[in-house]
Amino acid sequence: MQLVLEKRAERSGAIALVSPMIAIGLTIVTMVILFAILGKNPLLALHAYFIAPLTDGYSLQEIAVKATPLVMIAIGLSLCYLANAWNIGAEGQFLIGAVAGSWIAVKTQGTDAGAWVLPAMLVLAAAAGALYALIPAICKVKFGASEILTSLMLVYVAELFLDYLVRGPWRDPHGFNFPTTAEFDPVATVPLLIEGGRLHLGSIIALLVVAAAAILLGRSIKGFEIRVVGAAPRAARFGGFNANQLIILTFAVSGALAGLAGIIEVAGPVGHLQPGISPGYGFTAIIVAFLGRLNPLGILIAGLFLALTFIGGEQAQIAMKIPLDVTKVFQGILLFYVLACDSLILYRFKLVFPNRQVAHGAG
Amino acid sequence: MRKSLLALAAGLLLAGSISAASAADKLKVGFIYLGPIGDLGWTYQHDLGRQALVKELGDKIETTYLENVPEGPDAERSIEQLVRAGNKLIFTTSFGYMDPTLKVAKKYPNVHFEHATGYKRNPNMSTYSAKWYQGRYIQGLIAAKMSKSGVLGYIGSFPIPEVVSGINATVLAAQTINPNIKVKIIWANTWFDPGKEADAAKALIDQGADVIMQHTDSPAAMQIASERGKLAFGQDSEMIKFGPKSQLTSILDTWGPYYIERVKAELAGTWKSEDTWGGLDSHMFAMAPYTNMPDDVKKMAEDAQAAITAGKLHPFKCPIVGQDGKPVECKGGDHLDDGQILGMNFYVKGIDDKLPGK
Repeated sequence: MQLVLEKRAERSGAIALVSPMIAIGLTIVTMVILFAILGKNPLLALHAYFIAPLTDGYSLQEIAVKATPLVMIAIGLSLCYLANAWNIGAEGQFLIGAVAGSWIAVKTQGTDAGAWVLPAMLVLAAAAGALYALIPAICKVKFGASEILTSLMLVYVAELFLDYLVRGPWRDPHGFNFPTTAEFDPVATVPLLIEGGRLHLGSIIALLVVAAAAILLGRSIKGFEIRVVGAAPRAARFGGFNANQLIILTFAVSGALAGLAGIIEVAGPVGHLQPGISPGYGFTAIIVAFLGRLNPLGILIAGLFLALTFIGGEQAQIAMKIPLDVTKVFQGILLFYVLACDSLILYRFKLVFPNRQVAHGAG
Repeated sequence: MRKSLLALAAGLLLAGSISAASAADKLKVGFIYLGPIGDLGWTYQHDLGRQALVKELGDKIETTYLENVPEGPDAERSIEQLVRAGNKLIFTTSFGYMDPTLKVAKKYPNVHFEHATGYKRNPNMSTYSAKWYQGRYIQGLIAAKMSKSGVLGYIGSFPIPEVVSGINATVLAAQTINPNIKVKIIWANTWFDPGKEADAAKALIDQGADVIMQHTDSPAAMQIASERGKLAFGQDSEMIKFGPKSQLTSILDTWGPYYIERVKAELAGTWKSEDTWGGLDSHMFAMAPYTNMPDDVKKMAEDAQAAITAGKLHPFKCPIVGQDGKPVECKGGDHLDDGQILGMNFYVKGIDDKLPGK
């Protein structure tokens, strides 16, 4: 007797909805066991992780701040992935956007530039992110180069370019040689939404992006085209859809969103350009995109959920003295279960008895 | 079943709130760490300081730390989380936390902050640091005596004044022994990255350096030196177990006494915003035992340490000639003044390299 995975004839819609729930349930069970082994009260720990951050305005703001770049990048990536274009380099597009936008901030520093500065920074950042994303897209379309590799490698180019700028030409002259630009002027800073808090305009922009993506995918021909090219390339060709054009388009859009997220992060919570502005947002966003099932609303929820685990993990560190490593283990376990449960959407378990011929004929 | 589970949950939450209430009488002291507490360098030493604090005042205080906090947008949130958890005195233990600490300090005037190695202060934000260049001077003397090739390898972190003054102190000391000493510098551009630090050590040894010094935090360079049979200095903490035949000495960050003193002041209500910059005389750091060297070198090092501690020897004694060949202005009488050292942005003559950004 053997347990095997058998491909389902069609995707199971019910499982698609239930599978993330199962994953979260399994994660919680595993964490309870882990907390118990660590000698921590599991209920208090889960409370610190999931409930405490949701009960006060401050933590809610911080969750939104943390989720903002993740959601914006993930929305762009989901368009790519739906169209079967594999942009892995959002981190680089994020950094290039941050650099391009910062250029205006650095050049207008100390001058009495008007209110045009911030909008110009946002536009330039989006444009730069899009152009940077077009490099792997064009290489893919023209030369057939793997966009996975080229987009990923351009991340390191972007990192080093940023590094060069803040150590060289853009370094704060009063910053004791530390690799950072001077603090941006108020006109070059993303406005806060709540006095004394950290919630900023970027979170509103992220929500608009989610709404726009939902409309694009749900109600427009272009959205339909993206889905068809991704899901059934042959059918799309017969339908007259141009897959190459779509690669260019989705890469440009996702690059623009990543670039926008980059400048919003720099001109918002950070306040200046420095290395390490992104703790891997561009990569974490890939996880967010898939956790959210490449669906705009799902991505919004997934982004907020991942942000919750960061904030909750920090509060658990403070309140329960639970080491940071446990938070990382926790995030890892969650992803593991999500991916494992996802296989149930396409496959089902089946008991196979080796003596019967059915087992061979099935494949 | 359901009911009993709920009751259990309620009971546990209640128990939690009771223990929280009894803890409320204690002063809460928070720490923000750059690395993991197990980095065996910078953060490890800060945590040893915290442990010394707990040992001394454990019945009056409760400490909390957040480790691995990056010097980016997350730092401000992490510091504020400690404030919101009720910590009244918070130590932020890396240069890059300077602006985030200042932002949070301005927002919470009733909470006291202590920022390590920075230069921005506030009525509720002190800074503290150590005159490590004194230790570097002793290392420079030892290195020049012990090096056969006359080439020292130096792993820098960032070209900030603290690091630059360490390089200069090393070279000035080494030149008193061997006027032709050469120093090769590699900037790792990180405080903690064992992989990069090891690569830097390998590259320096390949370029002929036989004594490795570092201003980064992990024992990786010590391990490489040990593997290649070269000599090296530890950094921040005792690293002799990573190079039993290689470590000459190490600059040990001893934060415990300072943390205890500041927390006592907080408990007594006498905490004031201060700028503390202590040296060997005030025990802000210490030198590890002098090992793997002949007795005469050891004696020389001990004599230099005693002279610096007694204030008889200043590493930046004038005249000092800059890399451009011009003498450096001597603002402190017979030595450079604190401001010149804290803002040091030049190499002394004899360093065959260019300061990044110059």
